[in-house]
Amino acid sequence: MGFWTGLGFTLLISAFLILPVLVSVLPGITANQFEGLSSGLTTRWLREVWANYGGTVLLSLQIALSTLVITLLVGVPAAYVLARHAGVTARLVEEALVMPVAVPGIATALGLILAYGAVGDLRASWLFILVGHVVFCLPFMVRAVLAVLLSMDLKGLEEAARACGASWPQRFLGVILPNIAGGMLAGSLMVVTLSLGEFNMTLLLHTPFTRTLPVGLADAYTALRTEMASAYTLIFFVLIVPLLSAMQWAAGRADRVGAVR
Amino acid sequence: MSVAIKLRGCGKTWPGGTVALHPLDLDIAAGETLVLLGPSGCGKTTLLRLIAGLELPDAGGQVLFDGEDVTRLPIERRNVGMVFQSYALFPNMDVAGNIGYGLRVRGIPRAEVARRVDEMLEMTRLTEFARRRVDALSGGQRQRVALARAIAPRPRVLLLDEPLSALDARLREELRQEIDALLRSLGITAIYVTHDQAEAMALSDRICAMERGRIAQIGTGRDLYHRPANDFVAGFVGDTNRLGEELVRPEQLALHPSAEGEWTVQRATFLGPFVRVKLRDAAGRELMVDMPDLATPAPGARVEVRRRGPA
Amino acid sequence: MSDRLRAALLIAPALAVFGAFFLIPLGQLAVAGGAGGYTTILTEPRYLRSLGVTLLVAALTTAITLGIATAVGLFLARNRFPGRGTLLALLTLPLAFPGVVVGYLVIMLAGRQGLVSEISMALGGERIVFAYSLAGLLLGYVYFSIPRTLLTVIAAAEKLDPRLEEAARSLGASPLGVLRDVLLPGLSPALTAAGAICFATATGAFGTAFALASRIDVLPMVIYTEFTLQANLAVAAALSFLLGLATWAVLALARGASGGAAG
Repeated sequence: MGFWTGLGFTLLISAFLILPVLVSVLPGITANQFEGLSSGLTTRWLREVWANYGGTVLLSLQIALSTLVITLLVGVPAAYVLARHAGVTARLVEEALVMPVAVPGIATALGLILAYGAVGDLRASWLFILVGHVVFCLPFMVRAVLAVLLSMDLKGLEEAARACGASWPQRFLGVILPNIAGGMLAGSLMVVTLSLGEFNMTLLLHTPFTRTLPVGLADAYTALRTEMASAYTLIFFVLIVPLLSAMQWAAGRADRVGAVR
Repeated sequence: MSVAIKLRGCGKTWPGGTVALHPLDLDIAAGETLVLLGPSGCGKTTLLRLIAGLELPDAGGQVLFDGEDVTRLPIERRNVGMVFQSYALFPNMDVAGNIGYGLRVRGIPRAEVARRVDEMLEMTRLTEFARRRVDALSGGQRQRVALARAIAPRPRVLLLDEPLSALDARLREELRQEIDALLRSLGITAIYVTHDQAEAMALSDRICAMERGRIAQIGTGRDLYHRPANDFVAGFVGDTNRLGEELVRPEQLALHPSAEGEWTVQRATFLGPFVRVKLRDAAGRELMVDMPDLATPAPGARVEVRRRGPA
Repeated sequence: MSDRLRAALLIAPALAVFGAFFLIPLGQLAVAGGAGGYTTILTEPRYLRSLGVTLLVAALTTAITLGIATAVGLFLARNRFPGRGTLLALLTLPLAFPGVVVGYLVIMLAGRQGLVSEISMALGGERIVFAYSLAGLLLGYVYFSIPRTLLTVIAAAEKLDPRLEEAARSLGASPLGVLRDVLLPGLSPALTAAGAICFATATGAFGTAFALASRIDVLPMVIYTEFTLQANLAVAAALSFLLGLATWAVLALARGASGGAAG
């Protein structure tokens, strides 16, 4: 394959991925979508969407940040243990912990409803959605942190800290955490992005009072006029695209740091 | 400050059943520099890690510091300093941060930490690099940071695990001399692991040669070189010729050209400071002789071999 | 505190989350199907048909995605040119776009008022609409599969030893021969891994089909319909459990085959 053929094909695929994004958000800021951009730009659709669906955005942010805090608190210690232990048990635990990624969200969600749908007011609470997001996102945090832990000389650094007289909390906080900050950042960006966009589980887990952004979007796609749906999609992209860009930046940085070491 | 170390019945068996170390006794005097010498897999690093407190000996083994039983005391409470083969510098801290770490975790006041760090920086000639990131240092500089970090908290014992093996030959020689001077001036009990016999000779008060999880011989460098306890030790600390029951080093022999000589020169290899001559006799026995590069005999020449003065 | 005890305490929260909110629910799911649920699935042709369609869509998605990602990935891994970074960023940007949004993108591209339809009209032809057909669904699935697959292929292609290709060329191999004998075998663990993830994701994908309100009855849509509209819990549970088991098995098999490269 010659260079120009390759470049042409690559550009074509890039266009396939990016063009629909532009086409989809344009009606959301266009005064009259049938006349096109010549009819002028407007924030009318955005304001209308915000008035009706602003709550879904806030709820999604609330769930995403809560998911982040929990996956950090639960996932980082788990990754540390998995990195420190080489045995069969540790590998089995690792395999188990990443299983929720392999199972379709709709199956997990149905299981959660069967198991806990009748427990108190949980079914009506946003916490029910949070539980689903934590189960689904935890493996991504564990993997991101584990990858960094395995790429560094964890055992050596910890032994060196011990030789200097550091107790376990001292070396965990002073040596290990600062050196896995990159992995925690990458994992955090992934978790927030996935939680903000999670639909497969959330569609089953939500109630009319706990609608998240993607659930609202699905509703808009079937029920609202194109301008509103597009404006709503634009709001979603405004949230998610910076996160995805930050993820690309963090991955690039990790590569460079890895190359130096 | 420095302590005498006693090991009593210290063995180490890995969970899979491999014996890394057969139960052994070892006495190290206060202020002494003991070198653990041997090929990889001989148990020298395991022995060092037992003394450090990074490994627990098999049941019955005891580690004593000045008579105090420290067997169950983990390394972080043993007050030892350790230099690792990979240095294991903390990438999240600069040079001064690394050196001061052992003082900070002991809760020593900030001003005192700063004073001691400055002192260590000066001693290891790193003052101008105090704020440098450790991944921006050369190998030799990293080595000195590791050393300064280990001795900054004034440990009772200094443990060095092949500290120079990651460096090239010239730098290794230079740093070996620095470490030697440092150990002498500190007067600290030091245990130094290496597989390099020249390093062992240069640094040690005594050498403990190890073979397959056992101590093969303990003694001064001269003891090991001139009176090796067995073939393993003899072979490990230098090349040898076997003359009957006797071991003779190549540089203890001298050649004399002689038409009636019983040895024939096979090959003469120029090695810089000396020439190594390989000889063979009619019976097929082989002999190595080291001599200065003066009047080097040509292959095929017949020579007599005599011993130089007494060893 | 002993190392073992500390390790146990540190991993306990993760295991608790896994046990309480994944293992127990999945167990409930397996049981809730009951004998009736599983029998119904196996005897009613429309469930089997849906299974067949789902596997077909997933297989086609995987094949198309691997083809595109291999071509683009090899090109980007082996060429350096101005703008390469930007291209790579654009190609991997949709990495975590939710399926439901991708469904909307397909509608805006190939729906009744979509870009393709407008262009075909403007050119004086017939209105071309394929968003709601198998082609539309495939378009969406390929869309969200490309970024992740591409990243895996590029990472693997950059790890290939360029000397192998030089050696093959020095021995007289043609470009096609190099591709067949050196590049593809070298990439095959990564392609297996990426393909498995692609296949499993496509099997379980739901958002795109939901947004398209597609005529194609993929399994997750059937589960949703059975559960919400028919309140047929037993069948929904049985289908979900089998679907989960199948995707997990595909990933586990691929991981075994690719020597742990599969994520």
